[in-house]
Amino acid sequence: MTPGDTPLLPRGVRLHFDRVREGWVLLAPERAIRLDAIGHAILSRVDGTRSLGQIAADLAEAFDAPVDDVTRDSAEFLDALAERRIVEVA
Amino acid sequence: MEAIRPPIAMLAELTHRCPLSCPYCSNPVELAARDSELSTAQWLSVFRQAGEMGVLQLHLSGGEPASRRDLTDLVAGAREAGFYTNLITSGIGLTEKRLAELDTAGLDHVQLSLQGTDAAMADRIGGYKGGFDRKMAVAGWIGKIGFPLTLNFVMHRGNMHQLPRALEIALEMGARRIEVATVQFHGWAMLNRGALMPNQAQAREASRVVAEARAALKGRLVIDYVPADYHASYPKPCMGGWASTGINVAPDGTVLPCHAAQTIKSLTFENARDTKLRDIWYDSPAFNAFRGTDWMQEPCRSCERKTVDFGGCRCQAMALAGDPAATDPVCVKSPDHGVVQKLAAEFSEGDDSALTWRSMTAPVG
Repeated sequence: MTPGDTPLLPRGVRLHFDRVREGWVLLAPERAIRLDAIGHAILSRVDGTRSLGQIAADLAEAFDAPVDDVTRDSAEFLDALAERRIVEVA
Repeated sequence: MEAIRPPIAMLAELTHRCPLSCPYCSNPVELAARDSELSTAQWLSVFRQAGEMGVLQLHLSGGEPASRRDLTDLVAGAREAGFYTNLITSGIGLTEKRLAELDTAGLDHVQLSLQGTDAAMADRIGGYKGGFDRKMAVAGWIGKIGFPLTLNFVMHRGNMHQLPRALEIALEMGARRIEVATVQFHGWAMLNRGALMPNQAQAREASRVVAEARAALKGRLVIDYVPADYHASYPKPCMGGWASTGINVAPDGTVLPCHAAQTIKSLTFENARDTKLRDIWYDSPAFNAFRGTDWMQEPCRSCERKTVDFGGCRCQAMALAGDPAATDPVCVKSPDHGVVQKLAAEFSEGDDSALTWRSMTAPVG
C-alpha cells in the first residue's frame, strides 16, 4: 500500500468494542483480532475516503510522531490485513 | 491452573435436520429429533447469555440451519446480542427472498459447503439430486447481495482430485476464503472410514496444491487447510485446547466443548434449559476435565509441544486409544501411533462404494 492508496474495511469486517475484555477487536469472517491502541487508531481512521497518506498525517499529529515512520508502520499493518482479505484498497 | 477465560466463539447447532445426508456429517450418529429442539425464545436466551459472557462470533450451523423457519429471527436476535453472525449452510432451503431477509436482519457472513465440484460428485455425496445446481444458484444470490463468502470444501478419498477445481470455483464465486478440510473422523465419518480415508499420496498431493495456491493467490483468496490427520506426525490443536475458546450448543440445548464431545461417555453434559451458560462454562466437571495441561499423562506431560497442540483431540484419543486423557494417537510420540498408521493404510485401501449415508434413524450395530 502506498500513501496515495485509500484503504477500506470491506463488507463483513467491522470494529467492535468488547465490553467483557474491555478492548477493541476487529471482527471479520471467522476471525476476531484483538487491537492495541495503535491498531485501533489506524483502523478507526480507515473510512474508504481518506488515503493512507492522509491517515498517516493525522496519526503523526495526534501522536506527535515522525510522519515517515507512521506511514511505514501503518502501511505494514494494513498490508498484513489486506493479505488476509480483511482490508481492501478502494 | 490458570484463570478460565471467557469463550470467543459459539457454535449453535440449531437443528440436526438437513436435506443432505453426507456420509461424513459431524453430527452425532444419534440425531436429535425436531421436537427436542430449543424454541426460538430458548435460543435467544442462550445468545443473550453468551453475549454477556464475552462470545464475539456466532456460527449458526446444524444440520442445515435453513431448516429452521425462525432463522431470520434468530439472526436478528444474535445481532442484538452483539455477535458477528456466520451462517454455515449447504444453501439448500435458502431462496433469494430469504437471503434478502437475512441481509436485513444483519447476517455478517456466509460459509457455503461444497460436496464436490460437479453435480455427479456433489449430488452423490450429499445424497440429494439437484443439490449442486441449487447451490450454484444460491452462491449467485449471495454474491448479488454482497455477503462475504467462505467456501468450505470437504475432502476425502473420493473427491480429493477435485481440489484444483474447488479453488477455481471459489474465485469464480468471488469468495474471500476457502476452507479446504480433509474429513475428520468423528460422527458419521467414523462409520465410513473405509470409503473416505485418503491415501498417503493423495494427502501429500493436497498439501502441495494448497501450498502452491496459497503463494499464487496471496491477497486474493485466503486458504484455511485441515490436512488428513491420520497421516500426520503431530495431532491437530483441537479446539485450541478443550473448553478454551469455543462453546457448542446442540439442537436440544446440550452444551458441549466440541461437537464430538458426547462420544466421551464418562462425561456428563449439562443443558442450557436447566443451567446458566456461565455456570456450565466455568464450573461444570465436563468443561474442566481437560482444561489447561494438568490432566495430561506422559508423553504429553513432559512434551515441549503440550501448549502447541494441547495433546491433540480428546475425542480421537477416546476413539483410537480408548482413553480421553491419552495422547492423541496421531502423534508420533503416542504408544498407539503405529495403530493409527496401520488403520490409515488399511482404510485407504477400503471399498469406495461402502458408504453409509446419514439418516435420522441410527444405523444398527
